[in-house]
Amino acid sequence: MSASAELVALEGVTCGYGSEAVLVDVDVDVAKREFVGIVGPSGAGKTTVLRVIAGSMPPAHGRVRRRAGLRVAYVPQIETINWSFPVTVQECVLMARVSSRRLPWASRAERVAVSEVLARLGIEELRERHIRELSGGQQQRVFIARALLGEPELLLMDEPTSGVDVRLRHEVLHLLDDLNARGLAIVLTTHDLNGIATHLPRLVCLNRRVIATGSPAEVLSPEVLERTYGASMQVLEHGGMPVVVDSFEHRHEHLPGVPEGSAA
Amino acid sequence: MIDGLLAPFEFEFFRNGLAVATLAGGLCGLIGVYVVLKGMSYIGHGLSHAIFGGFAASALLGVNFLLGAGAWGVASALMINAVTRRRVIGSDAAIGVITTASFALGLALFAFFGGAGANFDAALFGSILGVGTEDVVAIAAVSLLAGTLIFLRYRALLFTTFDPEVADASGVNTARMDALLMLVLAGSILATMQVLGVTLIAAALVIPATVARMLTNSFSRMLWMAATIGVVCGFVGMNLSYHLDVQSGPTIVLVAATMFAAVFMVTGATGRRRTAALARRGVAPA
Repeated sequence: MSASAELVALEGVTCGYGSEAVLVDVDVDVAKREFVGIVGPSGAGKTTVLRVIAGSMPPAHGRVRRRAGLRVAYVPQIETINWSFPVTVQECVLMARVSSRRLPWASRAERVAVSEVLARLGIEELRERHIRELSGGQQQRVFIARALLGEPELLLMDEPTSGVDVRLRHEVLHLLDDLNARGLAIVLTTHDLNGIATHLPRLVCLNRRVIATGSPAEVLSPEVLERTYGASMQVLEHGGMPVVVDSFEHRHEHLPGVPEGSAA
Repeated sequence: MIDGLLAPFEFEFFRNGLAVATLAGGLCGLIGVYVVLKGMSYIGHGLSHAIFGGFAASALLGVNFLLGAGAWGVASALMINAVTRRRVIGSDAAIGVITTASFALGLALFAFFGGAGANFDAALFGSILGVGTEDVVAIAAVSLLAGTLIFLRYRALLFTTFDPEVADASGVNTARMDALLMLVLAGSILATMQVLGVTLIAAALVIPATVARMLTNSFSRMLWMAATIGVVCGFVGMNLSYHLDVQSGPTIVLVAATMFAAVFMVTGATGRRRTAALARRGVAPA
């Protein structure tokens, strides 16, 4: 990768919470216009990688090289949002302009910018609604709108499709695809190997360490997945794309008392 | 009747007490919004008890009450903030440990060296008898300071309260914002302690904000609504306190609690009507 295209690079990063290391010797880089997915089991350190990239968590060892003046926006997991908090869509989106103005109320230019970003995401008419009164897809769009209002070059998203149905997953994926096509670099974490990860151009398989990095076709192999998840998986092919399935024959070995041939 | 209502205004102590109670109501209402939304309602209760320890110590050492209890309160607030930010111990536990230890120290100091009496009762339950012009000036100064800080740091405080992780990633110094809020809270409790009493300050912080939350879904509206409700409760409560000959703290809190009950019932009925209307139109409520 050319140095001018690089937005951020983690080099040998080790960090954690308290005395426990969550990431060990991690190398990850993100270039302009890239769309990267970080996959791995729960506790693998996916969210921590995003925090290190965002700069909200300093590494204990290693270094983070960030392009000077890089604008990064972070969209948290939708499940972590306090939905009873009293904010309207407009108030929520305006949080992105936290440092640009001292006065509490929005300037005329800010109101126009909010309208434009909400219109771009198709939720302009919801600006006075409370965030809890929206559908799952609309809620996700509000937080993406907040991120976009800061005009970022790099968008970080933590589990954008966690706990959503298939239709909403498609909606979010298409939206992110569209933003990426317009030049926005995106890094997201996901548990969803078939629904999301296989559709991305580049994956990082993580389990405290980087196990593999490359295109889905390159990294979604039974060996890499076993090392990443600690579980046996098979990789099939459907329509030219990899499809990951659990290896059921190994599961029965761990179910004491289940007669052979019975449904688990 | 009008003459009867205006009668207490002849007394300077009442005019001072009314000014302090009204300002205290507005100030606590404003700060209470952040306290309630951060899920730290118990901190008002805890910090007011912690400051009682400082009150006892300054009374026994013969130092100025505002100075002694203020320093004590600020130290307690910063300690709670530091313990909570380490995330090993929850905020409720941190508040419980630090503030009750401070309160216990205050009680022990009074027990060892004496001092229970009028001041003790006033500190616990509030009294307007000792309110002087300097108290009015003190609470006016704290209110002005708190209002100015909230005005100037409105956006950063809102972001930190709603979404601290993303605020941090967006360049907001959330540690500084939390510390700032704790300092304003400690100052507010200190300034309002004499009228409301340590045992009742928590209600003055929590009730107006909770009532405002039931009335609006907007943060900016919640802020001014909570402050206004606090002002009304302070003013009405202080007048009732005089006419009913009941301590100021309990009366102000009972007025606020009555307002809470009324709004709770009205908004509950409104919500049911809205749901029924949506159901009649065949629309699932949000």
